[in-house]
Amino acid sequence: MKKAFNIIWLALILIFIYVPILILAVYSFTDASMVGGNISSFSFENYLNLFKNEELRNMIFGTLVLAFVCAAISTVLATVGAIGTFYSKKLPKTLINTANQVPVVNADIVTGFSICILLIVIMRVGKDTFIPLGIGHVVLTAPFVYLSILPKLKQMDNSLYEAALDLGATPAQALFKVVIPQLIPGILSGFMLAVTLSLDDYFITTYTKPSTFDTISTYVVNATKGSQTESKTALWALSTLIFLVVIAVVIVMNVLASKRGKEKK
Amino acid sequence: MKGLRFSRSQLCIPYAVFLILFVIAPLVVIVYYAFTNGEGQFTFDNFINFFASTNTLGTLLYSFSLAIVTTLVCLVIAYPTAYILARSNIRKKYVLLLLFILPMWINFTLRITALKEILSLFEGNISSYPFLNSVIGMTYDFLPFMILPLYTSLQKLDNSLLEAASDLGANKLTVFLRVTLPLSVPGIISGVTMVLLPSMTNYVVLDMLYNSTYIMGSLIGSYFSSYDWNNGSMISLILLIIIFIVTLVTNRFSDKDANNRGAIL
Repeated sequence: MKKAFNIIWLALILIFIYVPILILAVYSFTDASMVGGNISSFSFENYLNLFKNEELRNMIFGTLVLAFVCAAISTVLATVGAIGTFYSKKLPKTLINTANQVPVVNADIVTGFSICILLIVIMRVGKDTFIPLGIGHVVLTAPFVYLSILPKLKQMDNSLYEAALDLGATPAQALFKVVIPQLIPGILSGFMLAVTLSLDDYFITTYTKPSTFDTISTYVVNATKGSQTESKTALWALSTLIFLVVIAVVIVMNVLASKRGKEKK
Repeated sequence: MKGLRFSRSQLCIPYAVFLILFVIAPLVVIVYYAFTNGEGQFTFDNFINFFASTNTLGTLLYSFSLAIVTTLVCLVIAYPTAYILARSNIRKKYVLLLLFILPMWINFTLRITALKEILSLFEGNISSYPFLNSVIGMTYDFLPFMILPLYTSLQKLDNSLLEAASDLGANKLTVFLRVTLPLSVPGIISGVTMVLLPSMTNYVVLDMLYNSTYIMGSLIGSYFSSYDWNNGSMISLILLIIIFIVTLVTNRFSDKDANNRGAIL
């Protein structure tokens, strides 16, 4: 009885989570112009539009480039920062850790608005240079990379670095050949997290982006206000594609993780 | 690389500079703008504008009610879900957990688009139920962020404590209320902070679901559109203070491990 209740409860929540995504997926393969509307035939038109329509293509490409470039910058910056901070004295350590928490707990909208004021209003950096947008996304993502590297640093055996120095390595060699290899899992998960955070962001992007540039988030929000059916239904295809990619990435990550786990045993 | 001499702690310098320039400085600028007018003169006008206007106070109240209702709904849905997932002996429950938090990685504007289509199917004209739809939309958006920390803290629960309680004569309800629930408070707190603050600011969910009532985030959005940096900064500052208070209160209970947006990756 109890078990049945548990299964029904979990099933209901899963239905709530997945029915909208799945219904949209079904409609994305038809020529219907609205969900619940008439379906006269099966069609790949929405998927083709994602690649044929230049506006959509640029928007998707721009979002991905922004996410990966900013995630890469964040990862380098935060990895080096986390290593340095970990071996710093107590006061700088506390200060950096505290400052790092600020974007984590702060509302994205406040982060975005404050960066907009500093860079665009006061320092007059042009939005079209993509510099405010890039900095905004690095501010959003770097603290999370930092947080995912910290636990790996705590687990690391400190004497290995000292041993490398004793054996004649320069600090740089010891860093690249001894310290960083041990942090790889943390760096990788930090990078992935940075990519997903950047892809999901709406607020920082809106307040810092060039007016002609759109990411998926800002494009979708504008599209829901307008009434262009072609781009609206193409977004159903985009949502379905992203859903499939996320599932694929999650499966690959978990297969890799379980392989790593087995090797350790 | 040879000849490059540095101590490890110096590596924190670039990240520290980055945090000062793009995290701390923007906040200082926000405070400055909040207490000056367009000509740069010191003034309390922005402060008075906010607290003397029934419009903005109404917005604050509406934000709080929406955020509190959303957080409660998320908690009521997420707690049993996390409890069942963490405490039952389903095989491969890790995979099941992934299913519940996977939407976290799908762009939220696309998920809200999907939800909107389904809501229109049920309700016809969705603008007739603005508050209800906003709660549903935010719950749909933030549920994974509530489930994950609850799962983490319930998963860590020491089974022997529960067995000891029942051996000492406590019935199931008492064990839950006196042992399980208090021990999961850190998870509850983490989850609540992850939902409460975003649901005060994420006005995009409201916009997309045709709820034209303002929340705190919408105020920043509208001041941004009208280039009113001073009043926008005041709203940001008020949000910052709310966030600061919530963080101070919750830091005492919160579960450090559970407070990470992508801990599972």
